[in-house]
Amino acid sequence: MPKVRRVIPGVDPTLLIKDAAKLLPDPSRRLFLRGATSLGAITFLTGCDIVDEDTAAKALLTISRFNDRVQALIFNPDKLAPTYPESAITRPFPFNGYYPEEDAPEVDGETYMLEVGGLVENKKPWTLEELYALPQEKQITRHVCVEGWSAIGSWTGTPLRDFLKRVGADLTAKYVWFQCAEGYSNTIDMPTALHPQTQMTFKFDNEILPRKYGFPMKIRIPTKLGFKNPKYVVGMHVMNQNLGGYWEDRGYNWFSGI
Amino acid sequence: MSSQTAGAKPIDLPEVSSGSKAVIHPRWVRITHWINVVAMFVMITSGWRIYNASPLFSFTFPPQITIGDGLDGLTGALLWHFAAMWLLAVNGAIYVALGILSGRFRRKLLPIHPLEVIRDLHAALTGKLSHDDLSVYNAVQRLLYAGVIVAGVVIVLSGVSIWKPVQFQELTAVFGGYDAARFVHFFAMATIAAFLLVHVTLAILVPKSLRAMIIGR
Repeated sequence: MPKVRRVIPGVDPTLLIKDAAKLLPDPSRRLFLRGATSLGAITFLTGCDIVDEDTAAKALLTISRFNDRVQALIFNPDKLAPTYPESAITRPFPFNGYYPEEDAPEVDGETYMLEVGGLVENKKPWTLEELYALPQEKQITRHVCVEGWSAIGSWTGTPLRDFLKRVGADLTAKYVWFQCAEGYSNTIDMPTALHPQTQMTFKFDNEILPRKYGFPMKIRIPTKLGFKNPKYVVGMHVMNQNLGGYWEDRGYNWFSGI
Repeated sequence: MSSQTAGAKPIDLPEVSSGSKAVIHPRWVRITHWINVVAMFVMITSGWRIYNASPLFSFTFPPQITIGDGLDGLTGALLWHFAAMWLLAVNGAIYVALGILSGRFRRKLLPIHPLEVIRDLHAALTGKLSHDDLSVYNAVQRLLYAGVIVAGVVIVLSGVSIWKPVQFQELTAVFGGYDAARFVHFFAMATIAAFLLVHVTLAILVPKSLRAMIIGR
């Protein structure tokens, strides 16, 4: 696991956009995936390279894009993720990230500003106080990790679709791109952004979101795998361009719906 | 692998005729069989690597017998798994559909009598079970082949319920929820792997059965 040290605070959104764009399809990504998709030790066992690695990587990525489209078709915007009683909540709820817990970003709630950009009418940044004043809902849903494990948590916040309407977002745009304080990023499809359970989360288990779960704001998406639920969110951009994301650029399936 | 069957000798005998020269495995069985070999190999070996990312039990699979390197080892394994799933599911669906429609399943695999299974198992273990006529399955073979088809259906359905526990939550509920479906998926794999151990061993011990699956007789 790479231990990328957090950068921030005082994020320059334009620089971040440039950085993220650089992460898109490029030779290093291909290089990485060459290793990722190789048949590994089986090559040694048989003494021959069964599948040319570059060809395999390209083919697998093509199928992964096909799987994005299939999942977008399967996605039902009205289908709600199952909800659970308080007693079902997993305690302690696991911390998960590409860095150890002590390296999790520490965002100052006093100076925090949520950048809102892209295809929206009102690009005014939001303070935490303003965000907390929005109407909030609670959900107790299952977080499913790409690794296979799952955990049930309680999240409270404002529905993302209400916020998008409030800032005058172009709801016909294709994507919403999230930037996080530590450099993590995520792009989701608009139908998922408008799903009733997709939430800008400010509380976990009825308490202000602790640092380990993404203070001050997480995007909770119970219809997607855990890594598509960004924490420490500092920027939100409505776009027609898919800017990928931290794990997606490293070969995880982009749509990753559940 | 289908190229092997494509290069098979032309079949000049009607498939329904009896006797040792008759076609034991029609072309569609051989083609779907060898496609399934490839699909199963990729699904099982990449699945082991995915299992290793969050093991259900106190053991993991040696990475040397899994596929998909890179980073934490999960990325490539997932790409392989979610690519080969199409091959497995589509090929499997064709096989099951033709098996039912052609009557082959009913003819070859049914009925399965428990007493005959015990008798044939005893005969097999004492080396007295005849393999002279490959076109007729003994009771143990019937049980194993029918059983592995059921395991194949279960592994696909439990896999779908792990993949889409929200969109297909009704199916996931049939398996007892998301976490339980992971165990079902694992045990279906274990069942198929155990079958393969017996199946491959016997194919090697009775080489003409391997020939029949390649050239048909």
